Amino acid sequence: MRIILHIWRQRNANDKGRMVRYEVPNVSEHMSFLEMLDVLNEDLIGKNEDPVAFDHDCREGICGMCGCMVNGVAHGPLPGTTLCQLHMRHFKDGDELYLEPWRARAFPVVRDLVVDRTAFDRLIAAGGFISVATGSAPDGNAVLVPKEKAELSMDAAACIGCGACVAMCPNASASLFMGAKIAHLGLLPQGQPERDGRVVAMVAQAGQELFGSCTNIGECEAVCPKEIKLEVIARMNRDFLHASVAGR
Amino acid sequence: MPLDSKSPTGPIETRWDRHRFNLKLVNPANKRKHTIIVVGTGLAGGSAAASLAELGYNVHCFCFQDSPRRAHSIAAQGGINAAKNYHNDGDSVYRLFYDTVKGGDFRARESNVYRLAQISLNIIDQCVAQGVPFAREYSGYLDNRSFGGAQVSRTFYARGQTGQQLLLGAYQALERQIGSGQVKMFPRSEMLDLIVIDGRARGIVTRDLMTGKVESHLADTVVLGTGGYGNVYYLSTNAKGCNATAIWRAHKRGALFANPCFTQIHPTCIPVSGEYQSKLTLMSESLRNDGRVWVPLNKGDKRTASQIPETERDYFLERKYPSFGNLVPRDVASRNAKQVCDEGRGVGESGLAVYLDFRDAIQRLGKPVIKERYGNLFDMYERITGEDPYNAPMRIYPAIHYTMGGLWVDYNLMSNIPGLYVIGEANFSDHGANRLGASALMQGLADGYFVLPNTINDYLASTKLDKVDVSHAAVREAEAGVAAITKRLLEAKGTRSVDSYHRELGKLMWEYCGMSRNAQGLQHALAQIPGLREQFWRDVKVLGTGEELNQSLEKAGRVADFFELAELMCLDALERNESCGGHFREEYQTPEGEAQRDDDNFSYSACWEFRGVGTPPELHKEPLTFDYVHPSQRSYK
Repeated sequence: MRIILHIWRQRNANDKGRMVRYEVPNVSEHMSFLEMLDVLNEDLIGKNEDPVAFDHDCREGICGMCGCMVNGVAHGPLPGTTLCQLHMRHFKDGDELYLEPWRARAFPVVRDLVVDRTAFDRLIAAGGFISVATGSAPDGNAVLVPKEKAELSMDAAACIGCGACVAMCPNASASLFMGAKIAHLGLLPQGQPERDGRVVAMVAQAGQELFGSCTNIGECEAVCPKEIKLEVIARMNRDFLHASVAGR
Repeated sequence: MPLDSKSPTGPIETRWDRHRFNLKLVNPANKRKHTIIVVGTGLAGGSAAASLAELGYNVHCFCFQDSPRRAHSIAAQGGINAAKNYHNDGDSVYRLFYDTVKGGDFRARESNVYRLAQISLNIIDQCVAQGVPFAREYSGYLDNRSFGGAQVSRTFYARGQTGQQLLLGAYQALERQIGSGQVKMFPRSEMLDLIVIDGRARGIVTRDLMTGKVESHLADTVVLGTGGYGNVYYLSTNAKGCNATAIWRAHKRGALFANPCFTQIHPTCIPVSGEYQSKLTLMSESLRNDGRVWVPLNKGDKRTASQIPETERDYFLERKYPSFGNLVPRDVASRNAKQVCDEGRGVGESGLAVYLDFRDAIQRLGKPVIKERYGNLFDMYERITGEDPYNAPMRIYPAIHYTMGGLWVDYNLMSNIPGLYVIGEANFSDHGANRLGASALMQGLADGYFVLPNTINDYLASTKLDKVDVSHAAVREAEAGVAAITKRLLEAKGTRSVDSYHRELGKLMWEYCGMSRNAQGLQHALAQIPGLREQFWRDVKVLGTGEELNQSLEKAGRVADFFELAELMCLDALERNESCGGHFREEYQTPEGEAQRDDDNFSYSACWEFRGVGTPPELHKEPLTFDYVHPSQRSYK
């Protein structure tokens, strides 16, 4: 089939950027979305045009490196799927697709579809961890974790840090990302000692990174490739409230 | 060159303890005077950087991805082994040691493997404390499952995302140190050379992938945790960015490369569907617990699976290996799949696939049970192929998955270049000629959390290091070398893309140095590669400049190194006139078609010294001795 692409081309952070139209003939339905971009890039190189820069690595939906907006939807039309796991059989001959980089002030564009997501790392560095130095841990079975809590914790821990939630949110809020980490650690007994401090530090950092606030729109949950639930934001808010009012 | 493995002797149970006691320590107040470079942020690099920073060292940490959390350890599905014996089923440190030495087909150092089995206990404790959400029993205790190559349940797991969760644990520990200023992180930075001054590793040259700026970083020691080299084959289950550049350029600076031909093929991957294919996706081998592997009995049978009656199906693994059946180890399952496809009995459009059929399991257990056990894998298969594996059998084919070879290291994980440490998949140490399932995560974390932080002190305490700065001639020379490579790649202005050359090299390697090898094929590959490499340098087309984000340029440098490494892999495979583990030489097999080791002549690690591109490397041998586990023929009949 033939796919028409309009892709955001921007040489660097200072370049103004523009949409450019490309046609990719002979797209196989078995191709992944990124393989279609590979084919386009090989074609562009053949014509001495700069290939489209896009981030990707594992191509099996777990590293969180890939992603762009496809017709205004982060990671494209298929729910619960990263861009690398989206296959062309979900499109039809003649489809016109508009590809743009993640849209958020906290994620500045580096080039074309590549953005800088190091703000996410700084959120984790602010408090998204359990402080346990190597070697100081007790036996693994010394701390029991109820199965239900372990499962809920794992649901939240499945976050791949791709940034789709931020890109899709009209406020560019990182609440789903932060909530996922706060829920993952806060649901486990090991995460209790630092629970109050963690949420306060991460929320403060999010403000510095120019992420917006959450207004319960839910676009983040709708595009999350790992289907993280809005519930994690509720947990974050509850922890934040508790931490704010709890005395010594 | 004398190769001193520094392996302790005496009773194996106390070797690590005695060795540690004999190592020198660095006083806590002096640790902050030392800077350590760690390259790579996977399970090995990430855990090492975090642990060294916790000890008080200044750590400079580098990765080529946009965040340390992306490293390919994240994709490991199945689990991590530990000899906890929580199930009271007869497991022990000694049994894990035994299984790993035997599974590696007697080509690993006993001392290293025993230490790995010992440390496996501490890893689980550490990861639980970090908040890794391991699977639990209803009682709240840790759950385990069994895995290939073992008869006990010792595999800890977090759904099908164990690698992800372990990596996030290490990443969060690392971010904690970054936040406190003890680690300085350099994401989107690629190491392009090792700086060796007065015979010691003192730094690295990097390229900032965002700006193209080439920079030198100096330190007291350098640690490489940069992963394996499976992407030599172009198509593999590795992430697209996985590359050998860091270890290869260290090799060119003098580090020995050990057992490069030991590569592992994973039997259950989704087959290639077209020329545009960019990578292969692995399906957990737990599928072989309930799936039956078969092909049509007759050549060229093009009917769909459901149209082929029972009498015209060949369940070849069950037929040839009645006691292990579909659960034979990875190398055996892979070779047999290739064999039936070579006979013209493969299925699917390409004929390069075999069926993995759940029909009987669904009939026996019901669809809900199968869904509970393998639901996420079935979904993944359907997402990629568009076929529903509940109704039609899966098509699978083997793919390159892991590389056991790597830079040679001693018992302290130091290479033959003083001050250069190599950890995780990047080194050659613990898996011999074949790695068992759920052991890669174990080794990466053992090296990073527990071995390196104990051994690196000894070097720093016992070595007097002169102050050096970036004006040193060796630094200038390394930077100039990096700049020259970039210039040459950009100025070739040839006709073919980097990927087209990489694909061609990959096909050649898969054909002649893949699942099975023979002298004639290896000689053919060795004759082809140099010409192809020269053509690449002459004719490659890399657009853009070196002073910007340029993904073609990044790939070009990596592929240039793959060309040189590929040649060494073929040479090593040709020199090793035996079959062992993942290295199957067709000339050396038992009458039943199984791998035939030659312990009299090949019970050694082959350690290659670089002598220049196009010049034959020099082989050094580290002999292997087995005091505890006596080499025997593996049998799965």
